[in-house]
Amino acid sequence: MTDWSAMLLRRIGSLRPTPVDGDALVDRLRLTVVSAAYALLGAPALALGILTLLCIPLGLVAAGFVLALGVVPATAALTAVHRRVSGALLGEQVTASYADTTGTNVVTRPVRWLTDKARWRDVGFLWFSATGGFVMSVLPVGLLTAPITHLGGAVFDGGFWWWMLVLLDGPLLLVWWLVTPGLVRGRAVAERNILGHSRVQRLERRVAEVAASRTETLDHSAAEVRRIERDLHDGAQARIAAVGMNVGLAEKLLESDPAAAAELLREARETTVSALEDLRSVVRGIHPPALADRGLAGGIEALALPIPLPVTVAVDLPRGIPEPVESAAYFAVAECLANTVKHSGASRAWVVGSYDDGVLHLEVGDDGRGGADAHVDDQRGGLAGIARRLAAFDGTMEVASPPGGPTIVTLEVPCRTSQ
Amino acid sequence: MPDEPVGAGLRAVVAEDQALLRVGLTRILEASGMVVVAAVDNAPSLTRALASPDVDVAVVDVRMPPSHTTEGLVAAVAARRARPGFPVLVLSQYVEPLYARELLASGEGAVGYLLKDRVADVDGFVAAVRQVASGGTVLDPEVVAGLVSGAGREQPLERLTPREREVLTLMAEGRSNAAIAARLFVSEKAVGKHTNAIFTKLDLPPAPDDNRRVLAVLAWLDGQG
Repeated sequence: MTDWSAMLLRRIGSLRPTPVDGDALVDRLRLTVVSAAYALLGAPALALGILTLLCIPLGLVAAGFVLALGVVPATAALTAVHRRVSGALLGEQVTASYADTTGTNVVTRPVRWLTDKARWRDVGFLWFSATGGFVMSVLPVGLLTAPITHLGGAVFDGGFWWWMLVLLDGPLLLVWWLVTPGLVRGRAVAERNILGHSRVQRLERRVAEVAASRTETLDHSAAEVRRIERDLHDGAQARIAAVGMNVGLAEKLLESDPAAAAELLREARETTVSALEDLRSVVRGIHPPALADRGLAGGIEALALPIPLPVTVAVDLPRGIPEPVESAAYFAVAECLANTVKHSGASRAWVVGSYDDGVLHLEVGDDGRGGADAHVDDQRGGLAGIARRLAAFDGTMEVASPPGGPTIVTLEVPCRTSQ
Repeated sequence: MPDEPVGAGLRAVVAEDQALLRVGLTRILEASGMVVVAAVDNAPSLTRALASPDVDVAVVDVRMPPSHTTEGLVAAVAARRARPGFPVLVLSQYVEPLYARELLASGEGAVGYLLKDRVADVDGFVAAVRQVASGGTVLDPEVVAGLVSGAGREQPLERLTPREREVLTLMAEGRSNAAIAARLFVSEKAVGKHTNAIFTKLDLPPAPDDNRRVLAVLAWLDGQG
């Protein structure tokens, strides 16, 4: 049974009339068998369709409810078969999404069904299967079986008309060859569109994901802007203001107390140096110079240099990775390495990077004690923050960090290079 | 006013969370003959220090711990509510006309709002502290410029001559006629003529003293902005 269904329910091959070979013939024969099954299933569909229509006037008396309790699940069972068959022919999953009926009883359940769009689409399908769908499926079967009937008639009956019909068989078989894959595919697509809510669901899920990642990205950039403002306010700006005060006071004391003035000026000079350091570190936090000059590979090498343990960097990346992705990946690696230094107690670490098939892969690992958790924001630093940042690019982060180590963080970001 | 010996022996509280600046401010005030009775780095300590009756003036940073937003400003406004007319000079790394308005609304006179940059002009800063301590109003030229340019869209300011606009700006900063005269290298009498012309052109009620005059001008600018 499984072998049979596996053989019958493969994806539809080419729709083109050529090549004319054994494989193409086998494919058309199996599609004709499938069509026959589709056509036969038109009978229960017609029966269920009529019974469903009966449910409505009978709903005024209790009989409609009783009938519905049988008809609706039977319809669901029939459409489930069609979902499976058509899904397999198209090579995709066609899933049902009926309204939830848990907690309903025999009276409220039919009422819930009445308001469920998915159930009404099932009813629509019953009539499609019994009418247009039936015609679509009967055609390939008829086109193939007619010549056999004619030949049989000619051989066993031998009448003139039988032989005339046999002459028609060439064109009939040609039409069969040409239209069968298209008809079966057309029917499968129609079934998917009536029965499958998967595309809508997929799109809805995608929209929800995008909305969530956009919110997180906005939160993240707002937090970044606040951090930069705070860094400037508490760092460079404050120091420069202090320099102003010192110099101002020194100016005032120049004559009355030259020694104090000189001391104030010396302090002011030192404060200028630290103000510049502050500015540099703010700039590094916004757009690191090594990343700007050398791209992601150079940026990661520069990151690894000041790390107080041996870091092996094996990053082979093409130029032309989009700048925002480079930047997000850079800060992700920076955060991972910082976590390694802070929490892991590792003796060595490594960063491996590659780009294939439109996906940037980065792996940051260490031989430390493990136990990192992407969901605990405060303990293992900003791993959750990295995930949020990458999600903006549909990127993912996976953390494998069993107790006892090693910790391996895998980052993947789909992106297109500009070259 | 700046050269009057009013300020000698003034008892000041300094509130600033950044150690470098706190030390700098304290040094400058002490070098000018004032006594810094407390130098604090957070809002609760500031509130405690201001509760002491023998403080003459407070120099307060807007942004301080714990929340690093406007605790300094809030503490200053609260102190002035508890002790009407208590002199407070607020320092900040940004001027925000909104905060200036809140300060001005906290009671008449004895307030100042300056950029920290101005402290580098040590004499000017010390003069500002003294002016606030003696009940005056000192606003940073940036705040005034913001208000004047905001009001500039309206018709009435266009009736002023360029010179009168200069005088208006200096008045709004809290300067006396004598100070304005010195600044513009004209006689005090000439300044008096300009101020009268301004008051007439803007339909402002006559204001006898400098402080009321500042408030009238600011209120007018604020209303226009």
